[in-house]
Amino acid sequence: MNYLEIKDLRAQIEDKEILRGLNLTIPKGEVHAIMGPNGSGKSTLSKVLAGHEDYEVTSGSAILDGEEILGMKPDAISRLGLFLAFQYPLEVPGVSIANFIRAALQGRLAENETIDAVGYYKDLYGCMDELGIDRKFTSRSVNEGFSGGEKKRCEILQMAMLKPKYCILDETDSGLDIDALKIVAKGVNQMRNPDRGILVITHYQRLLEYIIPDKVHVMWEGGIALTGGKELALELEAKGYDWVREELVA
Amino acid sequence: MIQPTQIDIDRDKGNFRYETDYQYDAGVGLREEVVQYISEVKGEDEWVRDYRLKALKTFYRKPMPTHWATKDLENIHFDKIRYYLAKGQKPSRTWEDVPDDVKETFERLGIPEQERKFLAGVEAQFDSEAAYSRMKVELEKEGVIFVGSSDGLKDHPEIFRKWFGKVIPASDNKFSALNSAVFSGGSFIYVPPGVKLAQPLQAYFRINAENFGQFERTLIIADEGAELTYMEGCTAPKFETATLHSAVVELVAMRGAKIQYITVQNWSNNVFNLVTKRAMAHEESEVRWIDCNIGSRLTMKYPGVILKGRKARGEVLSIALANDGQHQDTGAKMVHAADETTSNIIAKSISIGKGRSSYRGLVQIPGHLSNCRNNTECDALLINANSRTDTYPAITVRGNGNAVQHEASVSKLNAEQIFYMRQRGLTEAEAVSLSVNGFVNDLIREFPMEYSVELKRLIDMEMEGSVG
Repeated sequence: MNYLEIKDLRAQIEDKEILRGLNLTIPKGEVHAIMGPNGSGKSTLSKVLAGHEDYEVTSGSAILDGEEILGMKPDAISRLGLFLAFQYPLEVPGVSIANFIRAALQGRLAENETIDAVGYYKDLYGCMDELGIDRKFTSRSVNEGFSGGEKKRCEILQMAMLKPKYCILDETDSGLDIDALKIVAKGVNQMRNPDRGILVITHYQRLLEYIIPDKVHVMWEGGIALTGGKELALELEAKGYDWVREELVA
Repeated sequence: MIQPTQIDIDRDKGNFRYETDYQYDAGVGLREEVVQYISEVKGEDEWVRDYRLKALKTFYRKPMPTHWATKDLENIHFDKIRYYLAKGQKPSRTWEDVPDDVKETFERLGIPEQERKFLAGVEAQFDSEAAYSRMKVELEKEGVIFVGSSDGLKDHPEIFRKWFGKVIPASDNKFSALNSAVFSGGSFIYVPPGVKLAQPLQAYFRINAENFGQFERTLIIADEGAELTYMEGCTAPKFETATLHSAVVELVAMRGAKIQYITVQNWSNNVFNLVTKRAMAHEESEVRWIDCNIGSRLTMKYPGVILKGRKARGEVLSIALANDGQHQDTGAKMVHAADETTSNIIAKSISIGKGRSSYRGLVQIPGHLSNCRNNTECDALLINANSRTDTYPAITVRGNGNAVQHEASVSKLNAEQIFYMRQRGLTEAEAVSLSVNGFVNDLIREFPMEYSVELKRLIDMEMEGSVG
């Protein structure tokens, strides 16, 4: 029950198959990393798991704590406990961060329940302080006019507030300088606990110096080609993705 | 021949009631006798009657503005309309007849029981005398006059006659002529020099059938340095059997005065809402129209300010929401007629389903003026693929020392943005509602608190069923 288990996942967009029989299991309490070259299907995997309706799942299953999530609506998957930190977070003009997160939390409550405003702001400010986000940010519109680093921090803030069971971070390191990277990594590390599984998708090894993964998977042409410990990331960095190709052909 | 048969005015209830106790009906169609009759029933002075009759002639003469706006106006049948209907003649309806979805709407908006019946057309009058008389005492102490249009012309001609029909002449357009001929209901307000009213004056406090009438007439005069906010309408939907509503609202801001006029229009979707609203702004005065249109079948309304005195300032903030079967043709007019005058127009429209919204703006700054400024922003949001929006700005700015700035945008609801919001656990409908609320948020903030909360809820409800 305590894992996100993906089996033989095949998915396509506009008749082009991107995921070609992917298998992956993320148990709670572990951090897994997926690395892979551009076009290997990393981002597609995260969107398919989040229920993006542009993608068509042709076979396979994705079980979250015993429940099939493929075919579910994005909001239902979210409420079940899957959080996706976007590679390119979208702007929501006119909607403040405070109101946005509050609406998301409210959506998780029963119809007759409302969020306690005092407790909510206490949590929110607490998380913001941890992530080094200025409290004035709460009244800014979600992602509007944010720098790359601010957007990613805002993603981590939402993640911290929504307390998901499984987190997928899609190239969270892209576009970050080293200081921003450290802050984001710190935020993710604080979220590590025995009741939560985390999947970090990245193109580079750099992020994994700050978020030490339990397992590293290499994605290749829509499937998991190699799996190893954290040292696999270093090996990949040293030898390049061509090495994977040679390994696979051999 | 129409003969008044019974006159029953309950004077004990104060100035704030209209002649809704008349058991009169002016019959169907628009003839000179109908206008004579209305004037007679109201016991008006000769000059008012003559004004009405002259306006009627103008109405006959004026063409319909069909070609610049919409063919839908051709569906108004003037000969089938009742131009004056008193309480006794209102079509009777019981609470049981009110459709369930309407009742549910009231429920969800939290409308008090008593008001629901009025809004649903079950009762002709909503009794709010208690809240009202408290307000009345306060106002009288300050020398404020706040009466119905007939009482205003009858009891205070020395104040109202000077400006009545001056900001908007009967001949302004076909519908202002119609209103000038058959008007009844509305509010006449005078605020003496230097009096600044802290509380908004609300038509809502004195709701009765006529106040929400078809041809209401409002005239507000803020004397030198006076300040007031007036609120008209309410967010609750108002169910009407009458299909034509044509109001005239005139505002006069004397030197240094400030007037803010807030409208929330939510007529039922069978109503043609053709309204003329204009203000005269004297030296260093400020007039601000906040106009929110959610209901009606077709609304044509362009609140305007004539900036007559030096350093006068005019502003229109407009929100329009057009759902299936609706056309919101709204906008603003700013006529600069003195140096150093400034105007600001911010219009936002949302089109849902097959709804259509149009922005029509007129800005005039003639060449002999200097240091005039206008800023216009109009943004349209389209929710569905078949939603429609048009923008018709008419800006005439001459002279060297004047500046104008115009920005317009049309955006479609972004599917990736909705996916992003749904990934955080919001349903598709919640995500769309929140996006739409975000789109109008900066304008809604300008509304008084209780209105802005209700407006947001109302927009949420309008958005339901527009997705999925």
